[in-house]
Order: sequence, then C-alpha cells, then structure tokens
Amino acid sequence: MRNIFLGSLAMVLFASAAQACETAALGDLAIGDAWSRATIGATRPAVFYVAITNAGAQDDALTGITTPAAAMAMLHETVVKDGVASMPHAMRVQVPAGQTTELAPGGYHGMLMQLASALNEGDSFPVTLTFEKAGEVTVNVDVLSLRSEGPTCDDAS
Amino acid sequence: MVLWGAVVLAAAGSVFLYQRQPARQIETVEAFQPEFALTDADGNIRQSEEFRGRYQLVFFGFTNCPDVCPTTLSEVAQVMDDLGPDAAKVQPVFISIDPERDRQMGLDEFTAAFHPSIIGLAGDDVATRAAADSFKIFFEREEDPAAPDGYSMSHSPALYLIGPHGDWLRQYTYGTPASEILADLKSRL
Repeated sequence: MRNIFLGSLAMVLFASAAQACETAALGDLAIGDAWSRATIGATRPAVFYVAITNAGAQDDALTGITTPAAAMAMLHETVVKDGVASMPHAMRVQVPAGQTTELAPGGYHGMLMQLASALNEGDSFPVTLTFEKAGEVTVNVDVLSLRSEGPTCDDAS
Repeated sequence: MVLWGAVVLAAAGSVFLYQRQPARQIETVEAFQPEFALTDADGNIRQSEEFRGRYQLVFFGFTNCPDVCPTTLSEVAQVMDDLGPDAAKVQPVFISIDPERDRQMGLDEFTAAFHPSIIGLAGDDVATRAAADSFKIFFEREEDPAAPDGYSMSHSPALYLIGPHGDWLRQYTYGTPASEILADLKSRL
C-alpha cells in the first residue's frame, strides 16, 4: 500500500512539466503564464493564476473570470494583515499601463468553485477574462502538480 | 509587498515584546510549550507529548483554502523531501481550524497529496480553540455568501517550529522559502 503510494508520488514528482504556455493577445494586453493546481476531487475549490502585461498607454482592469470548468469563478486577494491571512473578494484587479500584473500565490488569484470535475495534472481548461476597457479574451490554463509554486514555462519563445 | 508587511510586523512585534518584557520574562516566553489534543483522520486522539524527541513543523489551516494553505504545505513537503535521512527527526502537523467540514471532505487525502509524512488533525471546536490559544494564534470564521458553504476562514498563516522538548522555538512567516526553512532546521538537527 505504502509502496504503491510512494510510486505514484514519484510519478508526480518526475512527470515532465509539459506546460503549453500560450500567450493570448487582446489589444495592448498580453495574457500568459496561465496555470492552476491539480485538485483532490471536485469538492474543494481550485485556483487560477495568470500574468497580464499591459503594453499600452491606458490603464485597464480585470473585472471578472468565467470558465466551463467551474460553475462559480471569482477574483480574490490573499491579504495578510496584523499576522492574519484572509481572502476578500476582489471586485477588480488593476492592470496599469506599462506594467505586468500577476495573479500569483499569496496575492490576487482566481477562485474556481463548484468544479465540473477534478483537475488533474496535465489537463488544461479555458478561462475567459473580462477587462474593463479591452473586453474579453480566453486563455488555456495548464493544470500543474498540487505542489507547484509557479508556472513552468520555458522562456525560449 | 505582503512579505515586507510581514517583516515590518515581525520587527514591530519583537520591538514591542522587547520593550514590554524585562529580560527575566523573555526567558519565560522562550520556554512556552504549546499543547494540543486533537483527533486524527482515524479517530485517534493525538497529543503534543507524543512528539517529544522530534522537531514539529505545525501549520493551522483549512482544506478548502485554494491559495495560502497549498503554498505553505508545498513548502513543508519540499523541506521534508530535502531533509533526506534527517526527515525522521521532523514531524509536520496540519491542524484544521475548520474541523467539521475538513473531516467530511477527507483530511488524510488532503495532507497525503502534499507529503505522506504530514499528520492532519481535526478536533472538536473546543479542542481546536484550545490548541490555537496554546500556540497564541488567531482564527475566525467569516460569513461570505459567495464562498463555498457560505463562509471562509481567516487565520494566522505562519509555520511554527516546536523543539524536541516541546518548546516553541520560532515561527516562519508566510512566504518563507523552503530553502530558508531547510537551512534553519539543518542548523538545529
């Protein structure tokens, strides 16, 4: 039993990071490094991280996300204040001109609730991002290991 | 930004402690021994005394938490892997602050998904509050209609190091890289 478990753990650890790492463009915005963590079953919420580069001269803001992978998807921010972490709902995430804004561990993130099914490492699923000014764009999100701490894109492109 | 906030808070906290406590009492602070008696996934009560002789890495959280808890447990898992043979001297413990829901959802499958060495504990409300008080940590249920089941939990996200005699040794603030935790542990083992 234990050996079977350790075997599967080793497979998880040594599975090659086959992240597609697509970049989507929407006007002056480039959306890339979209990733999520594998879930244990479908009852716990999943997470969504992404990097948005605004090469334009005008500020924008991410105001919402939707995905067929989850019935309810919201933007949240992890806030650590006075030594206590909480996770308030973020109505909008500023995407200032000339900057890259990240949804990343410990900060802004998408919370995907009521999953259609468990997310398994190696899967990918689409997420549609809505911006205040630029409109909507859909990116493919790569599901990485539960233990991943960041995207694993090769910056070879 | 968050990290710097934590650094400033930690610095402010230690200054406060230093100013408030004369030297004699600082020794008292160093000697405090957090205690818990909480149920594991098999229904057995696990007590702090059981882990004497080993270091403990203790983290409070809840399994429905998508960002903070997986990040910290991933770091703990990395530390346990990197300790190699010394891993036997360290016991990671995950204490649920949302015990009823976590028991229903499965505590063991959650901790095992990160690392097989992590023990998950979920006691009743009274025992959970007593454990948190003993570690001097905060947690609170926050009603949130948009959250799963209509609530979320706010909590102290640090990782606590308990020594082989049960003494509270230090906390690693949220976001401390696994490599720093590993280096600190190795200097003690």
